[in-house]
Amino acid sequence: MAMAAENLVDENPNIAEHKIIARDVSVYYGEAQALKSVALDIGRNQVTSLIGPSGCGKSTFLRCLNRMNDVIDGCRVVGDITLDGEDIYDPKLDVVQLRARVGMVFQKPNPFPKSIYDNIAYGPRIHGLGEAKADTDEIVERSLTRAGLWKEVKDRLDKPGTGLSGGQQQRLCIARAIAVNPEVILMDEPCSALDPIATARIEELIDELRENFTIVIVTHSMQQAARVSQRTAFFHLGDLVECGDTQQLFTNPNDERTQGYITGRFG
Amino acid sequence: MSLLILAATLLLLTLAGYYMGRGRSVAVSQGVTHRLHSRPQYYGVYVALWCGMPSFLLLALWLALEPQIVEMILVSNLPASILDLNPDQRGLIVNQITSLALGGIVGGNITPEIEAAARDYAGMRQTGFAAMAVLVLCIAIFGLALGRKQIATTLRARNRVETIVSAVMIVASTIAIATTIGIVLSLLFEASRFFTKIPVTDFLFGLQWSPQTALREGQVGGSGAFGMLPLFAGTLLITFIAMCVAVPVGLYSAIYMSEYAGPKMRAIAKPILEVLAGIPTVVYGFFAALTVAPFFRNTGDALSLDVSSESALAAGIVIGIMSIPFVSSLSDDVMNSVPQTLRDGAFALGATKSETIKQVVLPAALPGIVGSVLLAVSRAIGETMIVVMAAGLAANLTVNPLEAVTTVTVQIVTLLVGDQEFDSAKTLSAFALGLMLFVVTLTLNVIALRVVRKYREKYD
Ligand SMILES: Nc1ncnc2c1ncn2[C@@H]1O[C@H](COP(=O)(O)OP(=O)(O)O)[C@@H](O)[C@H]1O
Ligand SMILES: [Mg+2]
Repeated sequence: MAMAAENLVDENPNIAEHKIIARDVSVYYGEAQALKSVALDIGRNQVTSLIGPSGCGKSTFLRCLNRMNDVIDGCRVVGDITLDGEDIYDPKLDVVQLRARVGMVFQKPNPFPKSIYDNIAYGPRIHGLGEAKADTDEIVERSLTRAGLWKEVKDRLDKPGTGLSGGQQQRLCIARAIAVNPEVILMDEPCSALDPIATARIEELIDELRENFTIVIVTHSMQQAARVSQRTAFFHLGDLVECGDTQQLFTNPNDERTQGYITGRFG
Repeated sequence: MSLLILAATLLLLTLAGYYMGRGRSVAVSQGVTHRLHSRPQYYGVYVALWCGMPSFLLLALWLALEPQIVEMILVSNLPASILDLNPDQRGLIVNQITSLALGGIVGGNITPEIEAAARDYAGMRQTGFAAMAVLVLCIAIFGLALGRKQIATTLRARNRVETIVSAVMIVASTIAIATTIGIVLSLLFEASRFFTKIPVTDFLFGLQWSPQTALREGQVGGSGAFGMLPLFAGTLLITFIAMCVAVPVGLYSAIYMSEYAGPKMRAIAKPILEVLAGIPTVVYGFFAALTVAPFFRNTGDALSLDVSSESALAAGIVIGIMSIPFVSSLSDDVMNSVPQTLRDGAFALGATKSETIKQVVLPAALPGIVGSVLLAVSRAIGETMIVVMAAGLAANLTVNPLEAVTTVTVQIVTLLVGDQEFDSAKTLSAFALGLMLFVVTLTLNVIALRVVRKYREKYD
């Protein structure tokens, strides 16, 4: 498999073009290996989608990129991942700083049991952005506006975030991630708990956010991957099978496993 | 003994009813049980209820009423010479007759009349029992037959059984509610009797508690002062000290167990902490009296502080230790039920572990934590044994934890222990204290509920 993966990436990747460069990344949960020597480049200001059958390691790979795997007992990551050329697994690197640069949105909307305002202000506060109330107010308004939620909630900022609808909650979580001004946003199946209309809103939003952020999205829906992403990576049983231009991958895949998956023969 | 046999027979009949009902329903459906309205078990229970319920109810009724009825008949049959006696003496003779009839040892002189009456009495009871037994068995068998006869594929057995079950549940909860109301009413009633002897204001605002009143005219030594403030002050002081121990220790160990400890550590530590909750308070009591209190006194001596040998501090600390598992175990459970996704959300924003715990986990778990602390508070307020053993009986109005104090519950115990007249101000004051304690804990609970609900409204 190492062979196949090598064909897909440059030997000397270009840092200017690629925000994140992962090489030879393997992940183990205890004894079990969940990712096998994955090599993948994430393009700057692009949307990269990760697709593949359940349990193939998409979420695991995503969590490597902001070191959320650190939180899981018994999880071990080997390999090199760089963000703008900096090794993110460098022992000297501060995880807190990393996570401020690489935000994450989860499968299930998980607003804190706090007011809408405090949900957004939480990140900036812990990172010492916006000490003054006016600054925080501004960050909250800007983040909610960019997440397309401002008009809907501006009169109820002091109401609990958990009182919003599922789609609104997910946009709140996106706004919360944007508020700390990250460079990369990771999204793990952000629409799988939402209805089609809310999903469409979020997809639109992802497309707008591409201008300022680098986005990596895990999705179960191939239509969604085709709609929102420029590049797509197909995972299968812990291997990165194929990665390339979204259009090309869906119309003319190189690997027969990819072919099988996108035509619905398995997964 | 024969009563036991009767009850066993009834039980057997009921059981037989169950199997007959179930078997019959299967037979009626010709083996295709899904043609029945309900599952076969329900038909079994249905017949069993027909067989068991009326007969057991009758048996219970008879057991409750029979002695009175037979005694009434006995009294009405007594010769005039006895009936003319005054009620006390007549009661004595009736007692003689009944114990003679039951084969007990009887004092006093036994006249032939009494003997005859006793024979009559014994006879009546025997016949009565036999008649009742026959009747009850007949009803059981009749019920069984009736229930069995009704079985048909269209019989809505499940609905009927469920109606009866829900009626039983309603009766059970009514009993619980009625008991509560009864207790409160009796507290109110007895307390109002107390307040006819001692003015309410004296009780509520008095600064002195010394409940000794003169039993005889002109007896010295008892003036009787019933000011409850020293007692409530003592209770609050001890509860406060206890919470100063239990809340931080309990909360920190809960945080450790739910957020930091590995699964192995947790599996060991949690049961050990819960053992603390299983230690009888008497054991804590002598721990307090024999170890903690002398320790504080010796330390106090060394620092030339005046520590009495029974102190609020010793009792409070030991009660606090006793309450640790209430706080820790419950808080640990609520923190564990805070979804992992919330923690992940905070981590993903770059929050550190301690920030996540302080700003996300604890606020989300707050209602449960408040609940657990309140549970510990009400335990501490109600705690009696440890206070008796370690804090003494002296009703001092003080905030100095090194002095001996006493609490409401301890005073209630000392007021009611031993031979007491039940209408003296001294014993009645126990009910007034109980009432006040009830009011205080109720208020605490209401406040807690309010706090929790307000918080919920804001965040849920
Ligand atoms: N916390 C964990 N502990 C142990 N094994 C895990 C854990 N998370 C995921 N795995 C395993 O790693 C593999 C990849 O999982 P995941 O990355 O969640 O897949 P996907 O997101 O593609 O559905 C699966 O076999 C899964 O069972
Ligand atoms: Mg996943």
